Amino acid sequence: MIRLESLTKIYETAKGSHTAVDRVSLEVGDGETCVLLGPSGCGKTTTLRMINRLVAPTSGKIVIAGRDTDAADPVELRRTIGYVIQQIGLFPNMTVAENIGVVPRLLGWDAPKRRRRAEELLTMLALEPAQFLDRYPNELSGGQAQRIGVARALAADPPVLLMDEPFGALDPVNREVIQAEFLRMQRKLRKTILFVSHDIDEAVKMADRIAIFRAGRLVQFAAPDAMLAHPADDFVASFVGSDRTLKRLRLIRVREVMVAAAGEAVAKNGPTVSPDDDLRRVASLFLEHGVDELACADPDGRVIGNVTRMAVAARLAGQGQ
Amino acid sequence: METLTFILHNLPAIGERTLEHLSIVSVAVGVAIVTGVPLGIAITQSRRVADTVLYIGSIVMTIPSIALFGVLIPILSKIGQGIGWLPAVIAAMLYAQLPIIRNTYTAIRNVDPALRSAAIGMGMSVPQRLARVEIPIALPVIIAGIRVAVVINIGVTAIAAYIGAGGLGTFISRGISQTDVRQLLTGALTLALLAIACDYSLLWLQRRLTPKGAQPRVART
Repeated sequence: MIRLESLTKIYETAKGSHTAVDRVSLEVGDGETCVLLGPSGCGKTTTLRMINRLVAPTSGKIVIAGRDTDAADPVELRRTIGYVIQQIGLFPNMTVAENIGVVPRLLGWDAPKRRRRAEELLTMLALEPAQFLDRYPNELSGGQAQRIGVARALAADPPVLLMDEPFGALDPVNREVIQAEFLRMQRKLRKTILFVSHDIDEAVKMADRIAIFRAGRLVQFAAPDAMLAHPADDFVASFVGSDRTLKRLRLIRVREVMVAAAGEAVAKNGPTVSPDDDLRRVASLFLEHGVDELACADPDGRVIGNVTRMAVAARLAGQGQ
Repeated sequence: METLTFILHNLPAIGERTLEHLSIVSVAVGVAIVTGVPLGIAITQSRRVADTVLYIGSIVMTIPSIALFGVLIPILSKIGQGIGWLPAVIAAMLYAQLPIIRNTYTAIRNVDPALRSAAIGMGMSVPQRLARVEIPIALPVIIAGIRVAVVINIGVTAIAAYIGAGGLGTFISRGISQTDVRQLLTGALTLALLAIACDYSLLWLQRRLTPKGAQPRVART
């Protein structure tokens, strides 16, 4: 668990002092992903960099797993926190295996163990170890390099990951693929992640909770659905966009609004949806076919319930979860 | 033709003078590397200190070598070394400082800030960061500075013949005083060849020591 207690960073400049981060308090539970979201210059990256002490806080406390990081040696502390940056920062003088082995080497693992770990991580990231271990970073595509960047952060199996716009430099297609891969991996690994982004769509997709920043202050800290349903103020509302209802549809599964069919249901003509589809698909089908109700079928094609426009509206009107 | 005959008849002497020359250059550059590279790295910490050090280095470069020898004579006479090998090495070493310090400083400063940030963020200590990331990446540029220093030093050492340091400059100084074109040309040619040979072997070293991943990509077939 990571807890920030009125964390503040004030920069003294020639023109006076500038408050980059203003009394930010938040708590991220073990295995949760918290996205720090906001426009550039809002203090989200500074907040992240205070957690691994790349920036020294002016005041406030950072507690990781019950331990005040102020008491820890910064170099030791950083070795227990995975760090991924937008520019990736793979060392060009090292092979992929050596790059992944940087922190393990700092921790004193022997060479065969480091190489085994690199193989293991590449396999997990769907990169063929034999093909990639001995490549240099300039022989990788952007997407491959970013996967290696993630592997490097995970190398010593740190409980906490800090990610600073990790997928920001990728093209949209690659970004979608890596985000999906990363989500799948995170479901298995359950790391505690702080993730900086300026992209609301990415935040909605990745986050268990979103912390939205403005001018150094934490404006709202809530689950994506709750934030989209009830933006705290006009700033948040405009940041999440006027299509926030459409964004919410992505977060809700059919099974949450489905009314189970009583007894034996008969398959109707027309499109059906699966319980695991999200409501975007349901909404598209409502519009496309001009219907108010859709049958919901299990993988064998048996109808197990239905979804109505009313049920969807009721869910959207309800409290966000 | 006459020159060629002269060279062929004096090969052992030329060899000896070349070795003298190389001993001055290599000791001077060696000392300059041992002092200049750490200094170049150290001054990356402060812009002001860096400017001052590089400024002093530039001033040293503007002093004509013959004047520098002149200055060193009275100083080193105190320990009985006013002329000869030692003042030649000291002068050459001073001229070698600027290219080495400047290239080291520039190379370390130009390491991508993202790499530095990644290295620090992953928990490298300062010596680890220098040894594993910054110096390997900066090495080609540092060696380029050493190449410049070597070539400058070969020239400076030629003039050191006038203070009795020996070396290939001896042929030139004698050629001038005895109006002997053969000796003059012998000195000039061997000096030029020596400079080219040293430069090329260091270039080879520079390529060898460039991290594989930082080399220009070669198409894979």
